[in-house]
Amino acid sequence: MKIRLRRFLFAFASIAALGAGPGTAVSATPANTFVMAKDIADIITMDPAEVFELTTGELIANIYDRIMMFEPEKLTELVGGVAESWEVSDDGRTIVFRIRPGLKFHSGNPVTPEDVAWSLQRVVKLNKTPAFIISQFGWKPDNVDDLVKVVDDERVSVTIVEDFSPGLVLNALSAGVASVVDKKLVMEHEQNGDMGYEWLKSNSAGSGPFRLTSWKANELVSMEAFAGYRHGAPAMARIIVRHVPEPSAQRLLVEKGDVDMARNLTPDQIKGVVGNTDLAVDGYPKGTLVYMAANMAHPVLGKAGVTEALRNLVDYEGMTGSLLAGQFVVHQAFWPGGLWGALEEKPFSVDVDKAKALLADAGHGDGFSVRIETLSNAPFPEIAQSIQATLAQAGIKAEILTFEGSALWPKYRARKHELILARWSPDYVDPHSNADAFAHNPDNRLEAKLTGVLAWRNAWADDETNALAVQARNELDLAKREGLYLELQRRLQHMGPYVIMFQQNEQVVRQKNVNGFVSGSNFDQVYYRNVTK
Amino acid sequence: MVDATPAVSVSGRSRPFGLGLLGSVAGVAFTLALTFLGLTAITFVIARVMPVDPVLAIVGDRAAQDVYDQVYRQLGLDQPLYTQYLRYLGQLAQGDLGVSIMTAQPVMADLLRFFPATLELASVATLAGVLLGVPMGVLAAVKRGRWPDHLVRMVGLFGYSVPVFWLGMVGLLIFYAKLGWVAGPGRIDVFYDGIVEPVTGSILVDAALAGEWEIFDNAVSHLVLPASILATYTLAYIARMTRSFMLDQLSQEYVLTARVKGVSEKWVIWRHAFRNVLVQLITIIGLTYASLLEGSVLTETVFAWPGIGQYITASLFKNDMNAVIGGTIVVGVCFVGINMLSDLLYRMVDPRAR
Repeated sequence: MKIRLRRFLFAFASIAALGAGPGTAVSATPANTFVMAKDIADIITMDPAEVFELTTGELIANIYDRIMMFEPEKLTELVGGVAESWEVSDDGRTIVFRIRPGLKFHSGNPVTPEDVAWSLQRVVKLNKTPAFIISQFGWKPDNVDDLVKVVDDERVSVTIVEDFSPGLVLNALSAGVASVVDKKLVMEHEQNGDMGYEWLKSNSAGSGPFRLTSWKANELVSMEAFAGYRHGAPAMARIIVRHVPEPSAQRLLVEKGDVDMARNLTPDQIKGVVGNTDLAVDGYPKGTLVYMAANMAHPVLGKAGVTEALRNLVDYEGMTGSLLAGQFVVHQAFWPGGLWGALEEKPFSVDVDKAKALLADAGHGDGFSVRIETLSNAPFPEIAQSIQATLAQAGIKAEILTFEGSALWPKYRARKHELILARWSPDYVDPHSNADAFAHNPDNRLEAKLTGVLAWRNAWADDETNALAVQARNELDLAKREGLYLELQRRLQHMGPYVIMFQQNEQVVRQKNVNGFVSGSNFDQVYYRNVTK
Repeated sequence: MVDATPAVSVSGRSRPFGLGLLGSVAGVAFTLALTFLGLTAITFVIARVMPVDPVLAIVGDRAAQDVYDQVYRQLGLDQPLYTQYLRYLGQLAQGDLGVSIMTAQPVMADLLRFFPATLELASVATLAGVLLGVPMGVLAAVKRGRWPDHLVRMVGLFGYSVPVFWLGMVGLLIFYAKLGWVAGPGRIDVFYDGIVEPVTGSILVDAALAGEWEIFDNAVSHLVLPASILATYTLAYIARMTRSFMLDQLSQEYVLTARVKGVSEKWVIWRHAFRNVLVQLITIIGLTYASLLEGSVLTETVFAWPGIGQYITASLFKNDMNAVIGGTIVVGVCFVGINMLSDLLYRMVDPRAR
């Protein structure tokens, strides 16, 4: 003990005096453990009925199998998760899923049609934020037991009340809310009829490749491999996600070998590690879009031609070539590039003369003053500054105001913004997810309070666009449906309140011996089960 | 001569002679209750007037209005402010600090996890600051105008003027990344997590109690650098103040008299002058310690140190009311506790304060 105390005091005094100190062994990560450094401050729950944050979306995708899934081996193909096969009724309103035989939860309980039905019913009855993904099918707490039900020991059926395309329903059932939960285990922890809500906030009851072992808020998340997983036990016995909020610290950790992967490095830091022979930088196109939106209730922004002028006053290529290098690419439609139904056309670039002409037609040839409200974290202030500079070329004086999300979103949801610079990620992999937010606003009245709809937040509605969005949503023919979404995106490029600018390219830095990490387009398509070292 | 020298009364909190123990305890309890009531009231009102929506912190910005309204009611936000406050006080009286939005855990459990991390860091930093800063300050005063004095003033200037955030990053770069003398960010290597059963919440103490010396070593290695960074600031402040207090005392007539009478210089410095700056030093050290216990957000952020500073800051951004008030109460307890301890120490070092 004396020796330890002496060593401690010696080390302490040495560092404090910036002098010589003793050697301290720094451990590398164990061969069977995958350690990531990530900012995980956004985690507030682990319950798949409530999870809607980026980090937890990713985590529960590795803890729970869903009814339908996109697997890391082929991210573009929708396949059955716990569902082995499915049949769609002739009217397209009922889908019967056959559950894979022999599946087990982490607890050892078998995965049954009862678990599948109960998991969906639970989401609707708890009615947390992501519940709309499936409640949009007409499922309500008082009818969901009849519409989602067990057929027999192998099958479960779901019936939708609205005229949605079955393809959309299947895509939606690949979202986090379609995670299959171990009913028996969860109900053992039920309190006051909460369907295990309090318990599942910080525990897990899934059948995915990993089991949650520990969540210490603002510290770490730890998971262990599930040997009985249907694709076989993952190579990594343990996954650890360390909360490291400071990107510079993440860089030091990955360079030192104390973590296998750093997830939140800035473009400058990425540049700094490019020459490191022990590290590799990977890029993954994500579905997150960065856009600017104009409040159509604003006396100037609401005038015809003004938003079109704004779309011609953004230096798209300049930003992706400098301050956003490697982390964003130009994308100008509401559905992310690379996904089914995406419009890849990029009709806009900086054209000050055209913008000035449009502004003159709108009666504001001398420009006007406006506020740009945005998030305080990078890269939003930087993007806002670039836009401020190009707007100034057309005489528009923009004042930039930055906020934390918790202060910005209330303004946005209350239509109290002028121009807002924000981000958006699809909730599930179907163009309807974004079309419903960007294009479809069935009731533009303030008192309608469609606060989750971007079109409503920006006080914008167009009957023809609404009709097109509904038509695309309901179309049964896949090719026709894709064509309708392309038309809808093209339409919004020129008449909506949006200036859609960029699509995220997630960059991660990994040790070169780490392979098999897969990050798909959607925020929750991140897979750890194929990681090897 | 020494006894005749007036000791500086900093706090003005000397208790009148004759006050009974019972009255003293009652007075302290009343002061505490009033302090906490004020703390909770102010924090509560500030949290409510902040332009941050606690409902959105739970439901997210995309929530439909019915989901938003449901949580709004669950949080009791549809009630008048005074009703909300009284309800909170009622829970508080039963020792229930509520549940944190951010962690989904009872605030009390969070505080028991986060506060010991800060306590560990702040205690070591303060201890180092005192052990190094006080002798440095005395030395600078005694050697006024000579190179030790200049050196101490330079160190003081460095500790004061260099941002902690920058110092932390540079420290990590040199001592962790380049030299490998210390462990990196975090309280402990993640592979040791969960091995030692938390008893006190201090990893050092818990590992020692469990006889897990490898973990103890690892925790020390993680603690050294952030504690040193904080200690740099602490020792700079303490050294500077000690120098100033000592210079004042060394210029007093009683010191001159002692020297004329042939008292040794060592005796003059430590038994005469230094004893008379102790009360002031206790105040300075107490306040420094309390401010570190409040949480050193930047240091905790750079070093991914899961302490109370990070906890309160993150809670503020999410308007996690229960967590903010719980954290504020802990900070309040620290200040009051350290203040009381300072009072006690005044009485020990200055007979007139008894």
